[in-house]
Amino acid sequence: MSGFNVLQPGLLTLIQDAGRFGHHRIGLTTGGPLDAEAFSWANRLCGNQPGATALEVSIGGLVLEADVATRIVLTGAEMPLKINGVEQSRWHSHKVQPGDKIEVGFAAAGARCYLAVSGGFQITHSFSSAATVTREGIGGIDGQKLQQGAYLHCANTPAAKGYRLADEHQPDYASDVTLRVIQGYQQSAFSTIQKRIFFSSEYKVTDRADRMGFRLEGPEIKPSIDGILSEGICHGAIQVPADGQPIILLNDRQTIGGYPKIGSVIAADTARLTQLMPGASLSFEEISIDQAHNLYCLAQKRFERTEPEAV
Amino acid sequence: MRVEIAGENALILYFGEETSPAVSAQVQQAVSRIEQAMPELLIDLVPSYASLLVIFDMLACDHLEVRRRLRQCLQGMDNAESGEGRLVTLPAWYDAESGPDLESLAERAKLTPEEVIAIHSSMEYRVYAIGFAPGFAYLGEVDPRIAAPRLSTPRQKVPRGAVAIADRQTAVYPAVSPGGWNLIGLCPTRMFNPDAEPTMPVEVGDRVTFKPISREEFIELGGEL
Repeated sequence: MSGFNVLQPGLLTLIQDAGRFGHHRIGLTTGGPLDAEAFSWANRLCGNQPGATALEVSIGGLVLEADVATRIVLTGAEMPLKINGVEQSRWHSHKVQPGDKIEVGFAAAGARCYLAVSGGFQITHSFSSAATVTREGIGGIDGQKLQQGAYLHCANTPAAKGYRLADEHQPDYASDVTLRVIQGYQQSAFSTIQKRIFFSSEYKVTDRADRMGFRLEGPEIKPSIDGILSEGICHGAIQVPADGQPIILLNDRQTIGGYPKIGSVIAADTARLTQLMPGASLSFEEISIDQAHNLYCLAQKRFERTEPEAV
Repeated sequence: MRVEIAGENALILYFGEETSPAVSAQVQQAVSRIEQAMPELLIDLVPSYASLLVIFDMLACDHLEVRRRLRQCLQGMDNAESGEGRLVTLPAWYDAESGPDLESLAERAKLTPEEVIAIHSSMEYRVYAIGFAPGFAYLGEVDPRIAAPRLSTPRQKVPRGAVAIADRQTAVYPAVSPGGWNLIGLCPTRMFNPDAEPTMPVEVGDRVTFKPISREEFIELGGEL
């Protein structure tokens, strides 16, 4: 047996892989990393397959003790990483030995970090994924967030390769956030004036922001309809309930819902959204579905082309 | 059929503006046609009352190709015989003990509890949608005589298997959860069992009837009190 002992689970640490797909029909949501870019880099810097099982650390406070010789990488928000009390860089692979203590402190900027290990954590899949969705009690260990005393199995890989990502390629979590939106769903129920308000105003993240959705606060927008027959909700969909305050629906969203939606935020930008803390401000910008597709493919190419350095 | 953009990798198909067995049958038929015709482009499908969300793989195709393929594979469907769906019978123990709202619902409807049971178990329902929670199937439509609004204060804890009514919909709770529907009985069949194959006894588009059973039969069939 080899792996990590969880000495402190932190506020909200979740076992995640790329997510659970193909099971919406029985009401299961996707789960998976809120910041897919940081998650993908964590695995890549470990030399892992894309989507290998890693930890999503929200806010911070995770302490692990190694019971394995391997390599780890921490990417994402600015949470200080310490190994045996010595601060170490993020976006950089580090060797760990049995007995080493790994601490992820609290975030200075951003809200989510990803901790990957060479070969990934070994977690039994439920419905073809290890992704934890606590609302459903599915995935991870017993469908729960990481608990103190848990043991995270992984392979002993003392000779694993490791990489680092140069500073200029790392995302800047301190910058202003503009969420790019494709109009869709019931967008025609929002008048030109309502849309102008939506796309020209500043909104703030409220404290009702979690893995299901981020509720925003700002100028009200009102569709011409109150509700619709419940229908499938895609990732990033912007739902507008009766109070006129938009909610951006994320990885743990319910699969169907009956509030009007003005469109959807692209996934590249929901990744940035979920790095914001309550009180942060943001704005929206309209793009077409074709532009969104271009951006997605370009980002994918850029990810493939960017070669991390071996360390 | 109307097609709208939903998101960067999703289109939504609308088959009607209202709930009906015919529209539900079309949704179900579209699911099986699309699954057969373009599995390599699909990430997931979300059928609901009158719509179908199609989530596609952005590295494999774009929305124009998906629209074209959808048109091709759904061609002629409007005229097709609407699929009947499977008929699934769910046993239900209706009683004041198993359904704490049975008596108040009957009173409001100016019916006896026996009449409520007779009406609820005489109808054939369609599975219009699955969502809210894993395995929660929305069944419609309930006879207007026994339709009842949601409770003003939702219960903290509704038991697994609770047979419930809200407006003109009925459902069986797949797991213990909070809930505001009117509880009229208990069903011993598990609506969501992660360890079983299939996980659910029904899918969207299926037809469901309820068969009244006794307390003893409920326990024999594996019901838990």
